[in-house]
Amino acid sequence: MRRVAKLSAACIATAALAVTATACGSTSSDNTSSSSSSGGGKGVKIGLAYDVGGRGDRSFNDSAARGADKAKTEFGGDIKELTAKTSDTEADREQRLSDLADAGYNPIIAVGYAYAPSMTKVAAKYPKTSFGIVDSVVNAKNVDSITFTEEQGSYLAGVAAALKTKKDHVGFIGGVDVPLIKKFEAGFVQGVKDTNSKIKVDTQYLSHGSDTSGFASPDKGKEAAQGMLDNGADVIYTAAGSSGNGAIEAVNGVKGAWAIGVDSDQYNIPGLAKYKSSILTSMVKNVDVGVYDFIKSVHDGKPLTGTNTYSLAKNGVSLATSGGFIDDIQSKLDAAKKKIVDGSIKVKTTP
Amino acid sequence: MNKLTSRIDKERLLLGIAAPLLAVVAALVVTTLVILATGKNPGAAFSDMGTYGFASDSQVYILNKATTYYLAGVAVAIGFRMNLFNIGVDGQYRLAAFVAAVLGGALTVPGWIAIPLIIICAMATGALWAAIAGILKVTRGVSEVISTIMLNSIATAVIAYLLQPGKLGELQQGGTLVSTKPLPSSSYFFSIDTGPAGVLWGFLFIAVIVGVAYWFVLGRTRFGFDLRTVGQSESAASASGVSVKKMIATSMVISGAVAGLIGMPTLLNDSHQFSNDFPVGIGFTGIAIALLGRNSPIGIALGALLWGFLERTTNHLEFQGYDKEILGVIQGVIVLCVVIAYEVVRRYGLKRQQQRVGAELAAQAAATTKKQEVA
Repeated sequence: MRRVAKLSAACIATAALAVTATACGSTSSDNTSSSSSSGGGKGVKIGLAYDVGGRGDRSFNDSAARGADKAKTEFGGDIKELTAKTSDTEADREQRLSDLADAGYNPIIAVGYAYAPSMTKVAAKYPKTSFGIVDSVVNAKNVDSITFTEEQGSYLAGVAAALKTKKDHVGFIGGVDVPLIKKFEAGFVQGVKDTNSKIKVDTQYLSHGSDTSGFASPDKGKEAAQGMLDNGADVIYTAAGSSGNGAIEAVNGVKGAWAIGVDSDQYNIPGLAKYKSSILTSMVKNVDVGVYDFIKSVHDGKPLTGTNTYSLAKNGVSLATSGGFIDDIQSKLDAAKKKIVDGSIKVKTTP
Repeated sequence: MNKLTSRIDKERLLLGIAAPLLAVVAALVVTTLVILATGKNPGAAFSDMGTYGFASDSQVYILNKATTYYLAGVAVAIGFRMNLFNIGVDGQYRLAAFVAAVLGGALTVPGWIAIPLIIICAMATGALWAAIAGILKVTRGVSEVISTIMLNSIATAVIAYLLQPGKLGELQQGGTLVSTKPLPSSSYFFSIDTGPAGVLWGFLFIAVIVGVAYWFVLGRTRFGFDLRTVGQSESAASASGVSVKKMIATSMVISGAVAGLIGMPTLLNDSHQFSNDFPVGIGFTGIAIALLGRNSPIGIALGALLWGFLERTTNHLEFQGYDKEILGVIQGVIVLCVVIAYEVVRRYGLKRQQQRVGAELAAQAAATTKKQEVA
C-alpha cells in the first residue's frame, strides 16, 4: 500500500505538468491586451528598469528618475517603473525588460550595468523599440549606451578633498569592487595625490564580487565611514548608492569632517537635509541629462544610438557647489578641470 | 518518514497531501490579507498571476528556474535526510560554478569531452568545499551550521579575489562587467527552442536524472538505508554497525557534489560565463524548497515549480502596480506555514494512530478476556 502514496504523488506531479502544457501556444505577450499599445500622440510611454535600490535611493537611481520626470512633464505621457532585487537572475532582468516592451513602452531605459547582457537579448527581440542603458555598452542598432567619465569627476572630488583635509588623511568608500566603482576610486586617489602626494588615502569596499548589497546598505556605509573617521580621516568620498546615506550620517557626527556625495547633488536631497552641513560637495553624475536626452531624441523621432559618453567636457560629470563650501577653492578646481578637458591630465580608469 | 504512521496507509496518504495543501492555502489567505492591507484588490492579483503564469513563455521560464531550484532542493535534502543542515550549498555552488567556468573557458577540446569535464569539475569543487565542513564536523565536532555559513563568506571572498581583470577574470565591453573567459560555443549544453515561448534548458533532463538517482540511492540501496538510519537515530545506527562518522562525511560530500550542479544550468545553458552578476542565494532557496517538498524527490520538484511560478508571476505583479515585496511575503509565509502545517499534521496523525492502536488493543484485550471467560 505504500506504493499508493508514491503513485498518487507521481500522478499529482504529472497533472501539474499537464496543466502546464495546456496553455502552450499563447505567450504572455499575446495575453496582454493590445489596447494599451504605444502611440496615440499622447506623449511618450517611458519604461524605467532600475538597479537595486530603485527610486528613492537619493543617489544613482534617483538621478535617472529625475531625467524621466523632466521628460514626462515636458512631453506628457507616463512612466512605468520596475526595480531590481538583489536575488535577480538574468531571466528576471530579461523578463522585466520584455514586460515593458510587450506593454508598448518606448523608450525603455535600464539603469545600471547589470542589465547589459539581458538588454542585448531583449533589444534583438524588439527591434522597433528604443532602448537605453546607463553605465554600460550594448552594441545594437536600437540601443543608446549612456556612459559617464566618473574618473574625471572623481579626480576633481579628490582635488577638493586634498585641499580641504586638515589631517592630511582622506577616505574612499566604494559600494562593490566592480570595475565601474574602481573608476571612481582611481580618479579620486589620483586627484588627491596630484594635489598633495603626502596625503594618506584609505580605501574600502562594502561588498565584493557578486554580492551587490554594498549598493543598498546604509548600515554598512555608516560602519565603514565610522571606522575611517576613527582612524583619523576627515574627508570621506562615498560611491555606493544608498549606502552613502549611512556614510554621510556618520561623517555628520564628527565635527570638522566632510563627506563628499555622489551621483546626485546630495546637499539638496530632502532626505539628507539633516546632514547637509557636512556635505562638502557631490560628484554629480548627470544620469538625468543622459536619460532626458535619450527620451527627447525618441520623442523627436530620432532616437540616439551607439555609445554616448557624458564627459567632464560635456558637463556629464561635475562637482556640485550647493552650500558654498568649495567656493574658496573653486579657482583651483577650475584649473584642474581645464587640464583634464584639454588633455594635459589623463585620469586613470583603474586604481 | 515516521515509522509509526507508515502503517496507516490511506490516512498516511491523506495526511501527506494535507500538510503542503494546508500550507499553501494558509499562505494564500495571509497574502490576500496583506494585499488588502495595502489597499489593492487581491482577486485581480491572483487572476493576473494565473493568466500570466500559465502563458507558454512563463512555463519555459518556470521550468528553467525550477531546474536550478530542483538541484538546490536535492542538495539540501540529502543533508536533511541525514539530519545535517547544509547551509553551505550557496557557497558550494557558486565556487563550483566559478571553477567550472574557468576550466570551461580554458578548454579547447570538443564539446562532448568538455561538457562532462565541466560538470565533473563543478561536482568535485562542490564536494571538496563541502568536505571541509564534513571533516571539521567529524574530527573536531564543529557544527556544520556554523562552518558552512563561514565557508559561504569565504567562497564569496575567494571568488571576488580571483575574479579580477588580470587574474582569472577579464573585462567585458563597456568596462563595467568582469567575467571569466566565455565558454566556446561547442561547450554549450543542448537546449530546446520552443519558438516564441523561449528556449528550454536541456539541463532539465540532468535534473530529472539526479532526482531519479536520489530516489533510488536513498530508497533502494543499503547506503541510503544507512544514511536514513543515521539521520533518525545515530545511536541506533552505530549499534547496528554503521559508522556514523563515515556516513556524515560521505553525505556531506554527496550533498556538496549535487550542490556543484546548481550553477550548471545557468552556466552551460544561459550565461556561458561566470560574471559578478551570477545569481546568488539559490542555496537558501534550496533550503525552503527541500522543506516544502519534505525531502521527497517528487515533493521537491513540485516545490521548485511552485517557487518558479511565484517568482515569475510576482515579477509581473510589480508591473501591474502591486508592491514587489509581495513575493518575499508569500515565500516567507509558505515556508513558515509548511513547517507549522507538517508539525500540526504529524501530531494529528500521531494522535489518530494512538487512538486506533488503543482501540485495537482494547478490542484485543476484550477478545482475550472473552476467550478466557469462554474457556
